[in-house]
Amino acid sequence: MNAIFKIFELLKFFMIEIGELAYFAGRFFLETFKRPFEFKEFLRQCFYMGNRSLLLVSITGFIIGLVFTLQSRPTLQEFGAVSWMPSMVSISIIREIGPIITALICAGRIGSGIGAELGSMRVTEQIDAMEVSGTNPFKYLVVTRIMATTFMLPILVFFGDAIAIFGSCLVENLKGNVSYLLYYNQVFDALEFGDIIPATIKTFFFGFAIGLVGCFKGYNCTKGTAGVGLAANSAVVFTSMLLFIIDFVAVFVTDIFYDL
Amino acid sequence: MNTHEKSQKTVIEIKDLKKSYGNNHVLNGFNMSLVEGENLVIMGKSGSGKSVMIKCLIGLEAPDSGSILVMGKDISQLNRDELDELRTEVGFLFQGSALYDSMTVRENLEFPLRRHTKKFGVIKDTTPMVLEALKNVGLAHTINLMPEELSGGMKRRIALARTLILQPKIILYDEPTTGLDPITAKEILLLMETIQKKYNTSSIIITHDVDCARAISNRMILLVDGINYVEGSFEELSVSTDPKVQAFFK
Repeated sequence: MNAIFKIFELLKFFMIEIGELAYFAGRFFLETFKRPFEFKEFLRQCFYMGNRSLLLVSITGFIIGLVFTLQSRPTLQEFGAVSWMPSMVSISIIREIGPIITALICAGRIGSGIGAELGSMRVTEQIDAMEVSGTNPFKYLVVTRIMATTFMLPILVFFGDAIAIFGSCLVENLKGNVSYLLYYNQVFDALEFGDIIPATIKTFFFGFAIGLVGCFKGYNCTKGTAGVGLAANSAVVFTSMLLFIIDFVAVFVTDIFYDL
Repeated sequence: MNTHEKSQKTVIEIKDLKKSYGNNHVLNGFNMSLVEGENLVIMGKSGSGKSVMIKCLIGLEAPDSGSILVMGKDISQLNRDELDELRTEVGFLFQGSALYDSMTVRENLEFPLRRHTKKFGVIKDTTPMVLEALKNVGLAHTINLMPEELSGGMKRRIALARTLILQPKIILYDEPTTGLDPITAKEILLLMETIQKKYNTSSIIITHDVDCARAISNRMILLVDGINYVEGSFEELSVSTDPKVQAFFK
């Protein structure tokens, strides 16, 4: 009986959280189109987020491309299908691996950073100070950050994908004596707009989810300094889960369009 | 309240203010009024509802019932824009200063200034206004420093400068001297007095520091169990025989 009660309580907490997140998202859309626009802060956040994650995304992308090719090579060799390597790598990286891995890295790097930053501003009353000075902290802190993650994530994914394909190309060049030109020719031959466009669209949603959850957790942070850690941590957990749900929906929707 | 104060305009009026958090009844029908140019000190034990009351007053917390009139306007009836406009007339000095730690002192002061174009118009060069506010608190040389480079007392003074830059008519101080050494606390009190005389502001000072109350108050309210337990001048209250009142002055 106690276990059922606990499950019920957890479910209730989860539903309340979802409701509050939806309300928070609604407020974001309302505030986004209201003047004044905090354009300078938006640009600062874009630079800050892109700059902070670029190296990590690049290194991860390079290693993924490298490892993916090294691991797949023996199997493809067994079937005499090594020539399919560029197509296989490019399609899987562009369609799935690149966006989801980059988004997960950014959820850890950017999402937790936003959660911790806004959380600490909340507990040190900096957000209240903005509020009582008659300014709109939601617009300045939340709208700019969500917009920045939404627009920066596709750019980071693009970089990550390009470097992952380069990593794969490097392995093929060293192990299979395939020239860079031939490899890239095969990559571009294999790729279609149908691979690139849906993958790019979903990265905007990934970026939006990272910014939204990070801001939601940080902005509503309570319980003092312990709450700041909790906000950062739960921002990563909640975002990661949300990313997989968005990914599933995106693949499902794309599949319907392909069938048409 | 003396006759001189009675003839003056009431800038804040709180009637029967109630606020609870679950079963914790913090404010149980608090009443008060503040007249123009007055320094009202509200004293009470920790957890007596002083900070909750001041947060209700500025619209950071919504009261359960009761009315709050600030400069004749019922804050519960105001929309977001109207409330923001009213907030430019009411400064708030936070206990922990609450300086924006990612901004320099200049940016901290510019932040509200640049966003109140209705009151100040579009200001191309904010430097003279920022410098004037900083000179008022004696810290013009810190203009390009980050908050982390400042001491506790300096942070409090910069926060006061940030409040002053919006030229408020009322200033709310939440524990202005708490956590400061006696010398810095005296400097802050002196500064509060100077500002009050220079700009004729009305102030509500939340404190449990008797020295602060003695130095700055025109009138005092003792907040006990969420109600205004007793009201009067410092001199009147300090000689009271009521044990609850005496406890504060021992």
